[in-house]
Amino acid sequence: MSLTAHAHVDDHAHDHGHHHKETFVTKYIFSQDHKMISKQYLITGLIMGVIGIGMSLLFRMQLAWPGESFPIFETFLGKWAPDGVMDADVYLALVTIHGTIMVFFVLTAGLSGTFSNLLIPLQIGARDMASGFLNMLSYWMFFISSVIMLISLFVEAGPAAAGWTIYPPLSALPLAQAGSGMGMTLWLVSMAIFIASSLLGSLNYIVTVLNLRTKGMSMTRLPLTIWAFFVTAIIGVISFPVLLSAALLLIMDRSFGTSFFLSDIFIQGEVLHYQGGSPVLFEHLFWFLGHPEVYIVILPAMGIVSEVLSVNARKPVFGYRAMIASILAIAFLSTIVWGHHMFVSGMNPFLGSVFTFTTLLIAIPSAVKAFNWITTLWKGNLQLNPAMLFSIGMVSTFITGGLTGIILGDSTLDINVHDTYFVVAHFHLVMGISALYGLFAGVYHWFPKMFQSRMMNKNLGYIHFWITAVGSYGIFFPMHFIGMAGVPRRYYENTAFPMFDEFTDIQVLMTVFALITAGAQLVFAYNFVSSIFYGKKGPQNPWKATTLEWDAPIKHIHGNWDGPIPEVHRWSYDYSKTYENGEYILPGQDFVPQTVPLQENEEELQH
Amino acid sequence: MTTFLILAVLVLVAIAIWQMTKIFELSQAKAETAQVASDKDNRYNGYLMMAFLIFIYAITIFSFAKYSKFLLPEAASEHGADYDYLMLVSFGIIFFVQTITQFLLHYYGYKYRGEKGKKALFFADNDRLEFIWTIIPVIVLAGLILWGLYTWTNIMDINEDDDPLIVELYAQQFNWTARYGGADNVLGEANVRMIDINRANVLGLDESDPNSADDIIVKELHLPVGRKVNFKMRSQDVLHSAYMPHFRAQMNCVPGMITEFSFTPTITTAQIRLNPDVVDKVKRTNAIRAKRAINGEPNSDPWEFDYVLLCNKICGKSHYNMQMKIIVETEEEFNAWMAAQQSFKQTLASVQ
Repeated sequence: MSLTAHAHVDDHAHDHGHHHKETFVTKYIFSQDHKMISKQYLITGLIMGVIGIGMSLLFRMQLAWPGESFPIFETFLGKWAPDGVMDADVYLALVTIHGTIMVFFVLTAGLSGTFSNLLIPLQIGARDMASGFLNMLSYWMFFISSVIMLISLFVEAGPAAAGWTIYPPLSALPLAQAGSGMGMTLWLVSMAIFIASSLLGSLNYIVTVLNLRTKGMSMTRLPLTIWAFFVTAIIGVISFPVLLSAALLLIMDRSFGTSFFLSDIFIQGEVLHYQGGSPVLFEHLFWFLGHPEVYIVILPAMGIVSEVLSVNARKPVFGYRAMIASILAIAFLSTIVWGHHMFVSGMNPFLGSVFTFTTLLIAIPSAVKAFNWITTLWKGNLQLNPAMLFSIGMVSTFITGGLTGIILGDSTLDINVHDTYFVVAHFHLVMGISALYGLFAGVYHWFPKMFQSRMMNKNLGYIHFWITAVGSYGIFFPMHFIGMAGVPRRYYENTAFPMFDEFTDIQVLMTVFALITAGAQLVFAYNFVSSIFYGKKGPQNPWKATTLEWDAPIKHIHGNWDGPIPEVHRWSYDYSKTYENGEYILPGQDFVPQTVPLQENEEELQH
Repeated sequence: MTTFLILAVLVLVAIAIWQMTKIFELSQAKAETAQVASDKDNRYNGYLMMAFLIFIYAITIFSFAKYSKFLLPEAASEHGADYDYLMLVSFGIIFFVQTITQFLLHYYGYKYRGEKGKKALFFADNDRLEFIWTIIPVIVLAGLILWGLYTWTNIMDINEDDDPLIVELYAQQFNWTARYGGADNVLGEANVRMIDINRANVLGLDESDPNSADDIIVKELHLPVGRKVNFKMRSQDVLHSAYMPHFRAQMNCVPGMITEFSFTPTITTAQIRLNPDVVDKVKRTNAIRAKRAINGEPNSDPWEFDYVLLCNKICGKSHYNMQMKIIVETEEEFNAWMAAQQSFKQTLASVQ
């Protein structure tokens, strides 16, 4: 084994009396241990992911074979699919809930929640989060909001169906759409709880990173994962409350007759009393969260990818400080670009110009990140573990999806592709698939940390990755063309327009890819579950990483380290560092754990 | 049915691969680090990286070869040409960057695949490189921003110069209505509170406003070629979006406010039907429709190309079928058509 197992392991022997007695309930259910909470987040997130992806398969089938009868529709949709033919209302409901679940429940809670919880204390050398109780509360509020969201699927008039952006008046008026009744009420309640949960979590992450770093762990020695989670939490704290206010005002409009977002409405033969509100106001409030939200989703993935690339390339991440600077720049810019979702909303065109400017600026730090990742691979000694493949895949989809952002961020070019499938293709690649790859990379990489050194099966991981990689491009690459041909999103079927007739084959192609790709996720699901119970046990530090989490003992204890918390002497990227004569710093080992003091004649470089 | 067959085959193949790897796995000796990538894994996955690079290029080329013909035909509006050119240049940049970065990423993934004993280069920082790939995007994006903003300002500058035709686009679940100002080209005041279905005042026109008397309300949008059209959009219930892809035009319709868009149509419906791209498209589409007719499926009537206005903001159950035909014609045809329409006053009179 490596030198990771150093001095303080000697303290292993004596038992610490201060560990309180744990019952099943305090250990597995109302646990205040960040490691258990992270597993709870992960598993809840993955279950929501199964539901979200499952929904996408249903509506993809409808798009490929419009109006066709499928027994599977009848099974899952019941009265919403009479004789197996999907109803138009439930199509919109599926699209809406798919978006909501994937964005908030899988990629926000499942990704950031899981890895912030697991890694922040472990990688900064803390015994736990600043407040274990708030952390527990955060998970359970997330759990309740998930349950409410799922309950909303079963209400009589159907779940929310106004799109995940729930623009009023459609979302405010049950007269406009059946799903805007009880379904939308539950959606709003669920999201309000979700926001509270997210805030509790984020505040905890921020405080923990700022206050609980171990001795020697300066901010510029933090792994990029922690930087990403830290900044993500800050954006969350800044922007999520705005969504709460939007949701609150919408609840007022819906239930108490106020007119924040509604005005001059005539529907089903009657004029409603609303006067003076503006749906555009809602759009501003929604996207004030909604846009930072996509960075809340992608930044943790970026952090994970930076870390995994570096570990597996056996090289330091290239441009560590530039990476931090670009995270900060992206975070700052992300809060002032929301208007690019609203170029054709009726907003003043001058505002459109401002948002075009800020939006295209954000491409600069993003480009820096992409180039730095590529350079991290250059002259590396790449260990192509599944996590590494997903990280490389993430860089690939992030570039492909990010580049089309140049089109959509340009107010002029947005005019004709706004709300078409071009947008759908863009954001699925750049934040959906990329963030999912980040999630998978994280799961494969830190699985041994989560589950007592058990490792996921690599061959199943390879199958999972390659099918997913091919399938994702197979789904979303052709989709750009559909969008540029003018096909709007959220259409139940495209048969009402003869000009879309000839796209049927592409729709079938995309759906077939979607089904295959979803099938590959079953391989992952099997691998994940079976590895929890039967995975091969690997060494304590299977990937030979420098960071502190691999220094913590395999056995999970509340408090992370048996003895004293390790002290940190260097940054987290001393991979393949050599003396001038070309010898590794530690003989025979191409990495130097953060806990190892600077050696004689060793220079502390680049930080 | 064949699709299902394909699906079934693919699923079976996937299962077969999975089973094979399981057998492969079982046959291997189990070292402690069995689940960490070995040199062999690095080699195979390195090759797959290159294969994947080829796949990305292939699907790009395939999509362009096969799907380019599906893209919208030449823009039928004055600003549309600028739009298309900016789009073309942006795409040029995108594909240049995409081709290079994907190559580097996957090629490095292949070239530097790990081997036991190989030493990676400790290369943590280089200010010059960082500077280069900060400044290049800055310059390119500055160009795109300026160009985009210039075009945007021009498109969104909606003014009354050049005697524009004033047209109201009125959206409701799930159809469109158009209103012309009539002889005076001025729209009468309107509000949903004045809607009186029994008197056929479906758009809520102010009957006491003299400007509304000659307004003309129609269900088919006719536009004279070469004359600027200023659209005033209204919605009576939820958000809609007036999307006219052939004219590179789109604006949301927002209840409670009037939104605007303006463009000058440059190609008549009759002309665009002769455009070779459109002729091909119609031919292809009608071939599909003929096949449907033989099988007795719906949507099988032969199609003739028309410009169309679509709803592009989710608006409820029939969002997918909210459309209005647009006909661009010569000034004379337009005037003749206009003369044949009933004015608002006549409509009111005929109901009473």
